Amino acid sequence: MLANLKNLIRYRGLIQSLVARELKARYRGSVLGFFWSFINPLLLLSIYTFVFTVVLPNPNPVTKPYALFMFCGILPWNWFASSLLEASNSLVSGGNLIKKVLFPAEILPMVNVLANMVHFFLGLTILAAFVIGYRHWPDLPGLLWFPVAVLVQLVFTTALALFFAALTVHFRDIRDLLSNLLMFWFFATPIIYPWLDPNVIAYRRFFDLNPFTHLAVSYQEILFFPGPVGHARWLLALGVLSIGLFFAAYWFFDRLRDSFAEAV
Amino acid sequence: MTYAIELEGVSKIYRRYSGRQFSTLKSALLQRNILQNLRPNEVFPALTDVSFTVPRGSTYGVIGKNGSGKSTALKLVAGITKPTTGRVTVQGRISALIELGAGFHPEISGRENVFINGIMLGLAKREIQERFDEIVDFAELRDFIDAPVKTYSSGMYMRLGFAVAIHVNPDVLLVDEVLAVGDEAFTHKCLNKFGEFRRRGKTILLVTHSLSLVERFCDEALWLDGGRTMEHGDPRRVVDAYLTKVERDEAAQLAQTTARAVEDASRHEQAGPSTGEATVSGPPGEHESQPTEGRWGSREVEIVDVALLDRQRAQAFVFQSGDPVAVRLKVRAHRPTADFVFGVGIFNAEGVCCYGTNTYLEDMDPEALDGDVDVTFAMEGLELVEGTYKLDVAVHKRDGYPYDYHRLLYTFRVNSRVHDVGIYRPRHAWNFSGNVRFKDDRS
Repeated sequence: MLANLKNLIRYRGLIQSLVARELKARYRGSVLGFFWSFINPLLLLSIYTFVFTVVLPNPNPVTKPYALFMFCGILPWNWFASSLLEASNSLVSGGNLIKKVLFPAEILPMVNVLANMVHFFLGLTILAAFVIGYRHWPDLPGLLWFPVAVLVQLVFTTALALFFAALTVHFRDIRDLLSNLLMFWFFATPIIYPWLDPNVIAYRRFFDLNPFTHLAVSYQEILFFPGPVGHARWLLALGVLSIGLFFAAYWFFDRLRDSFAEAV
Repeated sequence: MTYAIELEGVSKIYRRYSGRQFSTLKSALLQRNILQNLRPNEVFPALTDVSFTVPRGSTYGVIGKNGSGKSTALKLVAGITKPTTGRVTVQGRISALIELGAGFHPEISGRENVFINGIMLGLAKREIQERFDEIVDFAELRDFIDAPVKTYSSGMYMRLGFAVAIHVNPDVLLVDEVLAVGDEAFTHKCLNKFGEFRRRGKTILLVTHSLSLVERFCDEALWLDGGRTMEHGDPRRVVDAYLTKVERDEAAQLAQTTARAVEDASRHEQAGPSTGEATVSGPPGEHESQPTEGRWGSREVEIVDVALLDRQRAQAFVFQSGDPVAVRLKVRAHRPTADFVFGVGIFNAEGVCCYGTNTYLEDMDPEALDGDVDVTFAMEGLELVEGTYKLDVAVHKRDGYPYDYHRLLYTFRVNSRVHDVGIYRPRHAWNFSGNVRFKDDRS
C-alpha cells in the first residue's frame, strides 16, 4: 500500500495533465466555454438569493448580505459534491484505461477531485467580486486559515472519492444512492442557514457529527463573519480525522484494486 | 541467460457471479446472504499452469484460437491483471500495444492526446517533446494533429495510438493483434519498426493469428489452447502442430456439415427437377440449373455412400493443396442396367465449377451394372488454391435421366501455406538465371 502511494508521486505529471485535460474537455464545443465555470455558481447564487431574501427571508441579521454568506458555503459544497459524483463514476467510465493500460486506478477519482478544486478556485474570484461589491471585508488574520480549510477538504474529499469509486465498480447503484445522499447532506449542513441560529443550536450535537458542518462553518468564519476563527479547533480535528479516513479509504481501494480490471 | 519475461506455473481464474446478475446493492442486501453472494459461484480458468520464458532480445509468438487465453497471458505480462497462482516476472520498461489509443479523450486534439497518452505509457513530458515530430510523422497525421480526436477515422485513431505506443521505447514490447489496423503500407511500416526493435535487442511478445508472421518473425512460439500450453519451442514446429489441430477440428466440423446436408437432402427429396428434360448428358452440374444443394433421382441405381479419401485411403475432409485425393462412391444397382454414367463435379465456395467430368464425356461406353459396386475417381493431385469446396456426384442415364443425383452435399477444405489466388494451381517452379537474389526469409 505504501509502495503504491509512493508510486503516485511518479505519476504526478500524469495527474497534472489529466486534470488539465478534464478542464479543457469539459467545455470544449460549447460557445461560452470556460465561462460556464462562472455562470453555474452565479445562477445558483441568484436563485438561492431570490428564494431566501424575497420569498422566505432569513430573519437572522448575522447573514446580511445573504448572497455573500451563502456563497461562502455553497462554493466548497459544490466542489465536494461534484467531486464525489464524478469520482464514483470515474472507474466505470474509465474502464477502458483500467483494462487496457497499466495504470494506477486511484488516479482517476483523484483527478476528479482536483479538477473540481480548480473550479472551486475559479469560483473564488466571483466571491472576491462580491466581497468588493458589498464592501464586506473579511478579517485578514483569519484568511490565513483559508489554505488549511482547503487542504482539509481536499484530503477529506479524496478519501470519500476513493471509497465510493471503488465501491461503485461492484455496486453500480452507489451512483444513485450518492446523489440522494448528497441532497440530504446539503440541507443537513449549515450552508443556506447560519450555524448561529437558535433553531440550529438546539440540534448542535447532531450538527457536530456532520463533518461538512465544520468545513462550511470554517469557511464562513474565515470569509464572512467578523472576528477570530473560533472553529479552527474543529477544523484541525477534522483534518486529523480526514488523514485517517484517507488511509482507510486507500487501503480499501488497494484491496479491491485487482478486481477492477475484471469487474468494470 | 537473462530472461526479460518469466512465467512460472501461472494460472488465471476468472470468477463469474451469475447469481448476482444485476450487481445491485439492494438485491445483495435484501437477500441477506451478501457474503455468500459475493462468493463466485462459477469459475472460468482462462489460463492453467502456463510457464514460459522469453530471453532478453528475442521475439516470442503466442498463437491459438479465439478464447484460448492469449490475451489473458499478455495482460498478465503487462501487469494489468494479477495471476491467481504462479509468478510473473518482467524486467525492463513495458509498452503494451493491447488496445491502441485506449486513453484518448475524443474532445481534445491529437496533439494533447499524444502527450497524455505518452505520459500514461510512462514517458516524461520532455521525452514526448523530443519525439513528438517522429510520432506524428509515423502516424502520418501532420495535417490533423490539432483536430479533436473524435473527428479522426478509426484508422487514424489506431495509427496515432500505435505511433505513441511504439515510441515509448520500451525494453519489452507487448503486441496484441494490432497489425491489422492500418492499410498495407502502414502494416509494413509497423513490421519494419518491429524489425528495428529486434536489431536493437529489445524483447517482443507477439499475440497474433497471423501464423506466417510468427514463422517469419519469432525466435520461439507458444501455442495455447483452452488456457493450457499445447506446444512451445521452434515456431515452425509449433505452427505445424497448431495447423494439424486446426485441420482436425475443421475435418470434424466438415464431417458434421456433410452428414447434416446428406440427411437434409434425403428428407426433402425432390421428385427430380428435370426428369428426362435434360437432353445432353454433360458433366453433372453443367446442365443443372438448380444452384442449391439437394438430392434427387429415380434411385434405380443408388449412391449409398460418398467418401473423400486421402493418401492413406482413409476418409478425410481437409487436404493440402496438391495432395492426392480420391472420391469413392459406393453404388447399388437395384436392377441390372446397361445405361449409366458416373459423374463428379467440384465447386468452390462462390459456386464456380472448378472441374466436372463423367464417364460418358470420357468416352466410356456402359455395358453392364448390377449389384453393389465401388466407383473411385482418383486425382493424382488436388491442384486447387486454398478454400472450401463442394462436391457433386451423380449417376444417370446417357440422356441425363437421373438415377441418383447428389448436388453440393459434400464439403471439403483445401489448405495451403501459400496464399495464392484464383482457383487452379498448376504445378509450378520458379527458375532464375543471372544476378537475381532473394533475401533470406527471416530478416
